Amino acid sequence: MIQKSVTIIAVAVALLAGSALGTSKAIARDYVSIVGSSTVYPFATTVAEQFGKSTKFRTPKVESTGSGGGLKLFCSGIGVSHPDISNASRRIKKSEYDTCQANGIEDIIEVKVGYDGIVLANSKKSITMKLARKDIFLALAKQVPDSKTGKLINNPYRTWKEVNPSLPDTRIEVLGPPPTSGTRDAFAELAMEGGAKTFADLTALRKARGDEVKILMDKLGIPENAYNEKGKTVFKLVAHSIREDGVYIEAGENDNLIVQKLEANPDALGIFGFSFLDQNEDKVQGSFIDGHLPTFEGISDGSYPVSRPLYFYVKKAHVSVIPGISGYLEEFTSDKAWGDEGYLADKGMIPMPDEERTKFSTDVKNLTPLVWQ
Amino acid sequence: MSTEKTMHIVQRGLGKRYRQEKIFKLMGLSAILFSLAFLVFLFSSIFLNGYKAFYQTAVSIDIFFDPAVLEVKDPASANYNGLIKESLRNAFPEVKKRKQKKNLYGLVSTSASFHLRDMVLADPGLVGQTKTIWLLADDDVDMLMKSYIDRDLPQADRRMNDLEISWVDKLIAEGRVTSRFNIGFFTNGDSREPESAGIMGAAMGSMYMLAITLALAFPIGIGAAIYLEEFAVKNRLTDIIEVNINNLAAVPSIVFGLLGLAVFLNFFELPRSAPLVGGLVLFLMTLPTIIITGRVALQSVPPSIREAALGIGASKMQAVFHHVLPLAMPGMLTGTIIGMARALGESAPLLMIGMVAFIVDIPTGITDPATALPVQIYLWADSPERAFVERTSAAIMVLLTFLILMNGTAVYLRSKFERRW
Repeated sequence: MIQKSVTIIAVAVALLAGSALGTSKAIARDYVSIVGSSTVYPFATTVAEQFGKSTKFRTPKVESTGSGGGLKLFCSGIGVSHPDISNASRRIKKSEYDTCQANGIEDIIEVKVGYDGIVLANSKKSITMKLARKDIFLALAKQVPDSKTGKLINNPYRTWKEVNPSLPDTRIEVLGPPPTSGTRDAFAELAMEGGAKTFADLTALRKARGDEVKILMDKLGIPENAYNEKGKTVFKLVAHSIREDGVYIEAGENDNLIVQKLEANPDALGIFGFSFLDQNEDKVQGSFIDGHLPTFEGISDGSYPVSRPLYFYVKKAHVSVIPGISGYLEEFTSDKAWGDEGYLADKGMIPMPDEERTKFSTDVKNLTPLVWQ
Repeated sequence: MSTEKTMHIVQRGLGKRYRQEKIFKLMGLSAILFSLAFLVFLFSSIFLNGYKAFYQTAVSIDIFFDPAVLEVKDPASANYNGLIKESLRNAFPEVKKRKQKKNLYGLVSTSASFHLRDMVLADPGLVGQTKTIWLLADDDVDMLMKSYIDRDLPQADRRMNDLEISWVDKLIAEGRVTSRFNIGFFTNGDSREPESAGIMGAAMGSMYMLAITLALAFPIGIGAAIYLEEFAVKNRLTDIIEVNINNLAAVPSIVFGLLGLAVFLNFFELPRSAPLVGGLVLFLMTLPTIIITGRVALQSVPPSIREAALGIGASKMQAVFHHVLPLAMPGMLTGTIIGMARALGESAPLLMIGMVAFIVDIPTGITDPATALPVQIYLWADSPERAFVERTSAAIMVLLTFLILMNGTAVYLRSKFERRW
């Protein structure tokens, strides 16, 4: 009895495994496959769902892999086993573009979808912080210029008051994303670099080349092994290094968790995307940065300094092959989605100005591929 | 030594021995109580966070199925949203400003228009009639009704402004707001709108995966266990195999995900995000556990059974399959169920093979894209909308129910069929 059933199960398994492995290569995909940034994910999924429910096409599949991971998958080749669209919370890099070209993906359509603000927020129970980007840099950089000699020293500041006398006398404690996160990259680029540029020597270093770099590095006290012919690389090294002495706490990729921790600890500040501030206005408040509060309008008109564009990239070769891509593109670039009053704005995405929207929707209509200048 | 003297020594030490035993018992009991307290805390916090997700708010609205809107070439693509907007404008004629109108339309879930579409497609006779229909409320209204939105806070600090709350209050006063059982949570796939998000898609994905895992891991695992325990010669090679199986059982699950990515996706080119691949990966992960528990079950069958069978002339195979295996089966099943329960709760290896994804359509086969229950919990926990918090907890409750059912079955099987020698 048992012997018989064991034999039957064994045969069934062999057949199942055999058929699955055998037929796999022939499976055509009848849904759009999207990968990429976790920041664009909430918006891409909203569009995908609208598109799937209002048309006869299947709902696109959206994976949250991070910008870098998404573009890596995207650029790995042409064919149904590779994704059609990759979301990114930054622009595609030259190296990624080259990988794409090398793997036969010649025509990539670049679509900018909107903006996302990065906020520094704290609990509603404490006062609103009025920060400048310089304060952020001084509070969080691993090495900062000494106030007397101008040489780079390990960050000595412990309280906000030490950074800037007009700030409260509370301990510096910032919860933020880990280095793998796109939010962290953007924060380093926009807030930290912005702060570093307020120091004349660092700005000079950014523009310097060759020997000038060496002189400036000597002046700033940067060790020689960090030397690069381009001053900009050295500058980035300084500006992007966040201190590791426990003041900056890596709180994981989950922004909800950061919000909860801020509630429990009113002295701490947190770094996360604008949509989480938008949803938790009763618990946390955004800080002023260079005199601007992170508001919908402020990010939209560019007056709030820490905001970044969001993109997605489409393989032109796939558009005519995979059913639903052109419909998805049409839905995404329609006014009811990415417009000023569109449903993506309700989800916390900051829409682009009209001219930009027109430009990118025309690009999408004509499937104009990206050309690297 | 006289008996009396011995007794004296025993008596003297007795108090101390009793005391030690008492202390040990107390320590054991407090350990149990301590872990129970944590369990109660965990379960009650999940329950308190999540039970409200099992009912949700609906608002009733008089909808006029306007022939001018609906009598178009393709009724499936008519402007159903327009019908809802029209009805809301009629219900609140005082709302004139553009921005306010937008807020007004936001009282009803964006999924409501699909509900109307399905109604009209099912019964075209509705066109031209006016009906009072219960529509899903937006998640913000739902949060207000469940008092997650504090009415006492200043207007700027909450998701709904005073005007919106006054509309809701008017609807409540007219008896147009109700709270009903959230069927959609059990029948829908994932959604970006918390009010229409459900776990059916993830549950189906988990089911397909577990079916594949079971179909592969059970026969292969049991077969390997029988061979290694009953037939294999004991030599250096089988020792190495045994050490490796024990090692594999302790390998972190993410490693199996990486293996799945390299072998099933990159080499065999199986579809990404498919339960087929998930099932194969979980099969590899559970196999060592099943082999080990299978061997333990076989070892616990006394050798006298085998010897008796062989003694009356059974072949080795007959002895194993007719006598040893039936007695070891309850133990093997228990091990399998525990292995399956572990596979059900696993999310890390699925990350590598693309099953952490937003998938609305409920999968209908093993090659459709799908997620799994633990992945759905992870995705919701990461969503900004407040209403997903309670849904996360509700999904955890569903997953826990499945786990308790499976582990309960394992305990039942053991107590019912296990033979003691």
